[in-house]
Amino acid sequence: MAKSIAYEFTKGLWKDVPPFRLVLGLCPVLGVTTSLKNGIGMGLATTFVLLCSNILVSLLRKVIPAKVRIACFIIIIATFVIVVEQMMQAFAYPLFLDLGVFIPLIVVNCIVLGRAEAFASKNGVIKSTADGLGIGLGFTWALGLLGAVRELIGTGSLKGDVFGLIHWDVPNIFGASFEPLGFAVQAPGAFVILGLLLCAMNLIPSK
Amino acid sequence: MGEMIKMVVVLTVLSIVSGGSLAWLKDFTEPKIENQVMNLVKGPAIRQILQAAENDPVEDRFKIMDGDVERNIFVGVFDGAANTVVVESVANGFADKVGMVVAINMADDTLRGMAVTTHKETPGLGAMAKDDPNFAAQFTDKVTTNPFGVTNDGGQISALSGATITSRAVCSGVNKAVEIYSRLKPQLEEQIKGMGK
Repeated sequence: MAKSIAYEFTKGLWKDVPPFRLVLGLCPVLGVTTSLKNGIGMGLATTFVLLCSNILVSLLRKVIPAKVRIACFIIIIATFVIVVEQMMQAFAYPLFLDLGVFIPLIVVNCIVLGRAEAFASKNGVIKSTADGLGIGLGFTWALGLLGAVRELIGTGSLKGDVFGLIHWDVPNIFGASFEPLGFAVQAPGAFVILGLLLCAMNLIPSK
Repeated sequence: MGEMIKMVVVLTVLSIVSGGSLAWLKDFTEPKIENQVMNLVKGPAIRQILQAAENDPVEDRFKIMDGDVERNIFVGVFDGAANTVVVESVANGFADKVGMVVAINMADDTLRGMAVTTHKETPGLGAMAKDDPNFAAQFTDKVTTNPFGVTNDGGQISALSGATITSRAVCSGVNKAVEIYSRLKPQLEEQIKGMGK
């Protein structure tokens, strides 16, 4: 039963969206989502790594010997992570300062290795591309949503940009009398808000 | 046996390709990263310690050879004369290298100020070397003839609480900067003669 390319792409966006449906990759989910900007930046960095590693793993799947496949996947993933780290330093330095140690940690993100092992090493290039892009964008919107909720509660407004291309600035959405709840942008707030979002996601059927 | 050789070959080739392309990427991004650090980290730090300068020290910078190392020197103009130079230095901190900029008044060899620029020290402890202005302020207007040290080691700088290693690193970085400055002083004087009219 061959599933369509469109299915491989859209499953990551809704049915299998990693942090909410599969509860995977929680380290960056909790660590960097202090604002919408950081969430999207981290999501896009991960998407790039996921997409490139999926394509390369899929291309090399006949060449890579089964016994050393994990080592090969890690080399491929680590290479792309360093590419992201260097490019981000060269072109988006303030974002790099915000994300800091979480960029190198994409290497050990279970989603990236998981897709390489479970999907790209068994499927063709086009399907792996669709899969990587879908899962990556799903991860991005999940991080963006969590970041937006935390930033809104924690500061009362949304402000930022993505690589200087798209800007947004929503001041004081709750009115001037709103008292920002700093708890939301601290680590415990991340757990609480993630829990509430997971609950909300579970109320909506995945099919 | 054949499988063994294949494993070795595949891993080797992958590593070579990966290492090679990353080396190329590093060459490509290095000047851009340096530029970003200059604009976003070092620039503001230098402008901060040379607030009263009449020029823009980041604009008025030049490179000078120190043995076979190239050093960035930033020049500050005070009272109509180019008499302050900013030297960069690094020292080994608690987690990684701590980079700093040190401004020295050439007229009387005193420190005009210093600031930590790049570091990976513990937030809230070692990172206070950059975030706490009172720590950096201890260096301001001190004479450079005595080496700096933390009070525990008999020096004159009170260490950040919980971050003695970082504080020592900052002191040794400042000492290094002073060393570089003393070594280059004749050349520096030559270079900045015409500046600051």
